[in-house]
Amino acid sequence: MSERQLRARVTQEVAEVIATRRVGAYQHLTLVAPGVAELARPGQFVALAVGGETSGTLLRRSFSIHKVSPSGTYGGTVEIVVSAVGTGTRWIVERAPHDTIDVVGPLGKAFPLPTDPVACVLVGGGYGSAPLFWLAGELRERGCHVEMVLGAASEDRLFGVVEARRSCDGVTVTTDDGSAGQKGWVSDPLPGIIERTGAGVVYGCGPMGMLESITRVAQAQGAVAQVAVEESMACGVGVCMTCVMPVVGSDGRTRMVRSCVEGPVFRGDRVRWDAFDGGHARVPDDAVGAPKVGGH
Amino acid sequence: MVDLSVDLGGGHRLPNPLMTASGCAANGRELHRFFDVADLGAFVTKSVMADPRSGRGTPRMAETPSGMLNSIGLQGPGIEAFVDEDLPWLKSVGARVLPSIAGSSSTEYAHVAATLRASRAFDAVVGVEVNISCPNVANRGLVFACDPMASAKVIALVREQLPRDIPVFAKLSPDVTDITAIAAACVKAGADGLTMINTLLGMVIDTDRMRPQLGGVTGGLSGPGIRPVAVRAIWQVRQAMFEGRIPTVPIIGVGGVRTGRDALELVAAGASAIQVGTAVFNDPSAPVRVLRELCELLDAKGFERFTDAVAVAHGR
Repeated sequence: MSERQLRARVTQEVAEVIATRRVGAYQHLTLVAPGVAELARPGQFVALAVGGETSGTLLRRSFSIHKVSPSGTYGGTVEIVVSAVGTGTRWIVERAPHDTIDVVGPLGKAFPLPTDPVACVLVGGGYGSAPLFWLAGELRERGCHVEMVLGAASEDRLFGVVEARRSCDGVTVTTDDGSAGQKGWVSDPLPGIIERTGAGVVYGCGPMGMLESITRVAQAQGAVAQVAVEESMACGVGVCMTCVMPVVGSDGRTRMVRSCVEGPVFRGDRVRWDAFDGGHARVPDDAVGAPKVGGH
Repeated sequence: MVDLSVDLGGGHRLPNPLMTASGCAANGRELHRFFDVADLGAFVTKSVMADPRSGRGTPRMAETPSGMLNSIGLQGPGIEAFVDEDLPWLKSVGARVLPSIAGSSSTEYAHVAATLRASRAFDAVVGVEVNISCPNVANRGLVFACDPMASAKVIALVREQLPRDIPVFAKLSPDVTDITAIAAACVKAGADGLTMINTLLGMVIDTDRMRPQLGGVTGGLSGPGIRPVAVRAIWQVRQAMFEGRIPTVPIIGVGGVRTGRDALELVAAGASAIQVGTAVFNDPSAPVRVLRELCELLDAKGFERFTDAVAVAHGR
């Protein structure tokens, strides 16, 4: 990991919620966090504390940044999209305007942007699409042709279809149950879109299984996959060592790396997808420092 | 203004008693983005072993009421990389360093200590913490700190490798029948101080999947939920020192400290220094905040010196 990345600027601020609204199955929050808004790049995330200073829910919840407005009416704002699945996320979606949340960010590495105006396909699973619209804007400013594929289990779990139509040159929607767009997975239309656009980069955000299939499709079509992973994290800042996953380094060796500081964006072909299985990621036998017989 | 300075042995007077806790702060660079790590009394690094180590697979953590379970498995770069990269960096920013060392055998601990001593940035080291109590090892439950003889052997070998002016702290597990017996064995073997406590062994079942939540099945329980266990362990060992059953040595208190009040609780039970661990995951600048809060509390209670508050609850 580069020294520059670790010394990258980060802030901790008490952010006021200025807007919160339901979007399908999700909650879209706008927070006043000028420090984060000033520094953030697409693909980075924020880590939110849950329940105040004496909360018994100690661990931060991490969310990719949907959008920033560094000079909004209320000062810089940061927007996130939350799916309420547990006690922490439920507390966050229950915040009303003028409530405050302790925010640390921006964290992690941003999506790398191509130097040339190549065609790109952005693929989002569920609310994993949240950071892709901001990314699409940046890519189009660079002259890239940008298409998006949004997929989810059902229509209410899609996020940002209207915004995608506004911010991209082409949008394809898939749902598992066929309630919106074409029935099936994002990986079904992807090969045709890469071929038609001649895309050089495929950006992906969503569950691990989806990121693996995006990587496989991109590789088969000669495109580079850049995927943002969703690993569970305790701290988000690089000290707890819980969000690790096996990734191949530039020296060709696999290491258990922290997705919060060395990710969340990884080149898809560097991730050891073979090690993921049913919510577990095992340590590949050839990883640096892997357990010998008897285990750790 | 309260005099916060403290001497934990070896003539290294620390400007204050606040430290990070091993395994909760990585090796400094990450938290240096939030506060100056040289503002701490000492920076305690993640336990380092002889060779690079991948640690365990995932999931590695589970949230618990006022705490968490972790099952990292001592992931680390190995002592060579530690002394080539991490320790020199900590020295470059002016940090006082309390490296935590670990091993799977007593000879591995000795090798790690010897490599540390021979390193070019060793003058940043103000003491060495010997982690004989990590629950995330292959023979968990049989950690060195559960057996007085095994503990004593490790401590004696490490003590031999280090200069006299580098105090050696044995980090103890609360998962024992009588922690004073382990503490006594460590001090008798040459420990200059004790760090109490490491995590407690725990387990969580994922009731959606009906299987253990952690990839490593069991893990170490930490956070404010275990603070009363830390207070109890520190109290018992300090009491044994007052009664002459153990020679009096400094105790570094650790376990569930989130606020200055929490820190003061461990101090009053007998701790001469305080480590802030899991609270860092909630608030990355917790160590310096706790220091500030502790200082204000001591001042409000009329203490002129931090050391006057150490073990003060025993006489009352």
